[in-house]
Amino acid sequence: MAILGETSSAPAALYAGLSLRAWKRLGIAVILVVACAAPFFTSSYHLFQLTMVLVYAIALLGLNILTGFNGQFSLGHGAFYAIGAYTTAILLDQTVVPYWATIPIAGAICLIAGFLFGLPALRLEGLYLALATFALAVATPQILKYKNFDHWTGGVQGIIINKPDPPPGLPLDSDQWLYFFCLLCTVPLFVMGWNLLRGRTGRALVAIREHPIAAATMGIDTALYKSLTFGVSAMYTGIAGALGALVAQFVSPDSFQLFLSISFLVGIVIGGIASISGAVFGAVFIEFVPNIADQISKAAPWAIYGIFLIAFMYAMPLGVAGLIRVVGARLKRLVGPAERS
Amino acid sequence: MQGQKRWLLAAVALFALAGVSGPVAAADLPGVTATEIKIGNTEAYSGPASAYGIIGKVEAAFFQMVNEQGGVAGHKINFISYDDGYSPPKTVEQVRRLVEQDGVAFTFNTLGTPTNTAIQKYLNQKKIPQLFVATGADKWGNYKEFPWTIGFQPSYRTEAQIYAKYILKTKPNAKIGILYQNDDFGKDYVLGMKDVLGDKYQKMVVKEASYETTDPTIDSQIVTLQGAGVDTLLTAAIPKFAAQAIRKIYDIGWKPEHFLTNVSISEAAVLTPAGPEKAVGIISSNYGKDPSDPAWKDDPGIKQWRAFMDKYMPGADLTDLNTVYGYGASLTMLQVLKQCNGDFSRENIMKQATNIKDLELPTLLPGIKINTSPTNYHPIRQMQLQKWTGKGWKRFGDIIEGAGA
Amino acid sequence: MQAFLHQVLSGLANGGIYASIALALVMIYQATQLVNFAQGEMAMFSTYISWSMIDAGFPYWAAFILTLVFAFVLGVAIERIIVRPVERAPVLTAVIVFIGLLVILNSVAGWIFSYTIKAFPSPFPSDAWYGSSYMSPHEVGMIFITLVVLALIFAFFRYTPLGLAMRAAAQNPMSSQLVGIRVGWMLALGWGLAGLVGSVAGMMAAPIVYLDPNMMAGIILYGFAAALLGGIDNPWGAVLGGFIVGVLENVAGAYVVGTELKLTVALVIIVGVLVAKPSGLFGRHLVSRV
Repeated sequence: MAILGETSSAPAALYAGLSLRAWKRLGIAVILVVACAAPFFTSSYHLFQLTMVLVYAIALLGLNILTGFNGQFSLGHGAFYAIGAYTTAILLDQTVVPYWATIPIAGAICLIAGFLFGLPALRLEGLYLALATFALAVATPQILKYKNFDHWTGGVQGIIINKPDPPPGLPLDSDQWLYFFCLLCTVPLFVMGWNLLRGRTGRALVAIREHPIAAATMGIDTALYKSLTFGVSAMYTGIAGALGALVAQFVSPDSFQLFLSISFLVGIVIGGIASISGAVFGAVFIEFVPNIADQISKAAPWAIYGIFLIAFMYAMPLGVAGLIRVVGARLKRLVGPAERS
Repeated sequence: MQGQKRWLLAAVALFALAGVSGPVAAADLPGVTATEIKIGNTEAYSGPASAYGIIGKVEAAFFQMVNEQGGVAGHKINFISYDDGYSPPKTVEQVRRLVEQDGVAFTFNTLGTPTNTAIQKYLNQKKIPQLFVATGADKWGNYKEFPWTIGFQPSYRTEAQIYAKYILKTKPNAKIGILYQNDDFGKDYVLGMKDVLGDKYQKMVVKEASYETTDPTIDSQIVTLQGAGVDTLLTAAIPKFAAQAIRKIYDIGWKPEHFLTNVSISEAAVLTPAGPEKAVGIISSNYGKDPSDPAWKDDPGIKQWRAFMDKYMPGADLTDLNTVYGYGASLTMLQVLKQCNGDFSRENIMKQATNIKDLELPTLLPGIKINTSPTNYHPIRQMQLQKWTGKGWKRFGDIIEGAGA
Repeated sequence: MQAFLHQVLSGLANGGIYASIALALVMIYQATQLVNFAQGEMAMFSTYISWSMIDAGFPYWAAFILTLVFAFVLGVAIERIIVRPVERAPVLTAVIVFIGLLVILNSVAGWIFSYTIKAFPSPFPSDAWYGSSYMSPHEVGMIFITLVVLALIFAFFRYTPLGLAMRAAAQNPMSSQLVGIRVGWMLALGWGLAGLVGSVAGMMAAPIVYLDPNMMAGIILYGFAAALLGGIDNPWGAVLGGFIVGVLENVAGAYVVGTELKLTVALVIIVGVLVAKPSGLFGRHLVSRV
């Protein structure tokens, strides 16, 4: 299973002159360079889509931490996404908090909300937890529309957000700046996630998923870990929601329907459960495949989307990341270590 | 020295190339070439509002017909429509695609209130006409703040105001109940009632009951309304729930004076499933003709629509009022394009869209005309009250002009 | 008092709808240990097939029986063709396949049958003696049919060898194969029966809620809640859960918070009950031994 980090004490095998770890580092560096260069080579519209991919990647990483690594089913992460989005919208609409400050606030609020939700959820397992989170996702639009909250939430009319301006002096337009701002949030969050998951915490989470009783006997405080994981997961998704609100420049109850939560679940499974890179693959899928399906068939585009889902699951039951791992393992055996250091 | 010169030449060449190979050369207008106009649209082809997707399909078929007849001023119409699933973030994405990737001249009849709200600022900032938005919300007539956005159908709020005025005139001691969908559509009716009833609202409206589109039935709400002593009911519900309401009211033996939103007046889609005899006496309004109404069987306007549907949308559900709506909106669009006289700049398109005088459509009720001006962004403001006889809608009273925003 | 009674009875009527789809969910869970999110759409699609037959002139009961056959075959076919490849895959992979199925069925139904609502006939005459102004004859009849289906399912799983074989195949495929049970066909049979139960639910619900492609969206939500409230492995629990959810929802909306928060309150209560009784009201509490 996917526990990250190599703990090899044996001398590293070399492949074409570099160790596996060095290859991975090189790969990540290349991706980062491409990511930074992208805004200057793509159209505004594609940049908008790439920014959404970053936003979804953060949300999916959050969900993956909870469902993939820790085994707690959530069908309700759309609710945390909505909380994050509305936090940013309300702060920008009614206070003078600058846009970049709303992001950590949204994260903090969702951390608390997630933790509080995680506490009673401790009692629920599997399907029952899925139902509880499902209930959360379904109730969210109704709560947002509640007339007593109208003067904050804008009710059914929603809240319009102004696009943040780039800091003066930088030769970027607002779309490009927004992309970089999201990238500036995504990278540290991913690094933080990676650190969290490859260390003791990550192992504890996976242990709780695989065998909760054994984990408890080993001294892991399962209740605390599970609730905290819920909180951290909600925090990630809440930050994604806040960024998403800035990108779409609008929030309304209709923006957070049940299908959003289902899309998140689809994203992590397609991308690869319990995989950090899977969050990015999943984000690419849920952002682009509906458009592709729309182009293939105007009559029944979602039927095509459904066929895509099923086909992906046949071809790669462990998601894209899972497939890469399998292919990588096969290649490793084929190529073989060129030399031992 | 030489190196710098070569570098400069290369840079100049590159810029020139970029200019020439750009998607729209400076001489062309955005979305318009010598032979083509691109029109953009977003529609709910999927998700909870997918019943309205047929509107986009009708419009696509209509423009296909126009092209077969030669187009407008020698230009063919390229109608590009994308699905937004009634989700505002998706609408934002699709409209950006239409504007920035497909390069459309303007958007036409985009569907939904939150969805249109999400793109309104963007389109106005870029000075792109957002024409004839497909929503009855009241706010699209705001020509001062959003001069590039224009509505189309009479607003729900205006419709509710008309019912409220009628109630005040005919039944000033009514105990009113409102059954409404818990979104901008339903809430607009509540607002319209408040507008007219003013401080009488608290006294006269004894119960408001909302429902969500995920509710399987609205039986509970009906029971609650009856239990509160309501004798005059306003139902702001989409066809499925309107049909349920009509049937339930009859089944429990309740006989309030019943006002129904004109969104749910279709004979075939609402009254027949509910049971036509159960709806006798319901009052609603309309601005268009219902093709299932035998009164319009030989009407030339409806015949024209039917001929279009038979040829360009074979197999479509002819009882679906959305198809009539789509046809009417497309005809209005065509009129605007014709008025442009070949000048399809965005400014001129907007100018012509706000300069429609007494346009009669074959699908509008006799006496109702479309009018726009730089200070009137509500193309259709008139409607007529009608009462269900059990066999058809009988119009009564005069054509009423709504207030508008 | 009369209004309260009315709300309760109306809630029971709604509850009947939830109960019948909850039964299909319990059926599929007992047969496969998975919850099929596409159950509602399968039921909706079967109901459309039934509608097409009736529209073409078939008498009601002929269409009803033929639809049951169709739904059964559809269920078996889906299991054998679509679900089989992910049988051994992780649970979440199967869930995504179900979501794909849901989306496909919904989209295709909309494409073929359009989104205009259609009336669906009821086999119970509208002036029957058991109707009243509180509950229409169809609503009463539907509850009766639901209870009959419940009894049949319960008897099937408890008292027939086939039912036992199916439960065994679901809970312990390895051992079942060792005793000669054809696990693959047991699963297919389970799907077929669940599809059949679902189609009954659809044909019973359609006269009340009207037939359209999104008919089951709200119902499956409550049906899911009902099934889990009662304990996902207990058909009696599912039906009782359905009635409880129906009444709870109505009473909450009429007397507790008003219709604007009805759904939220109902769900909060359900989740609250689950937190108090994590296996549902009547579910078996699984004790895992280390």
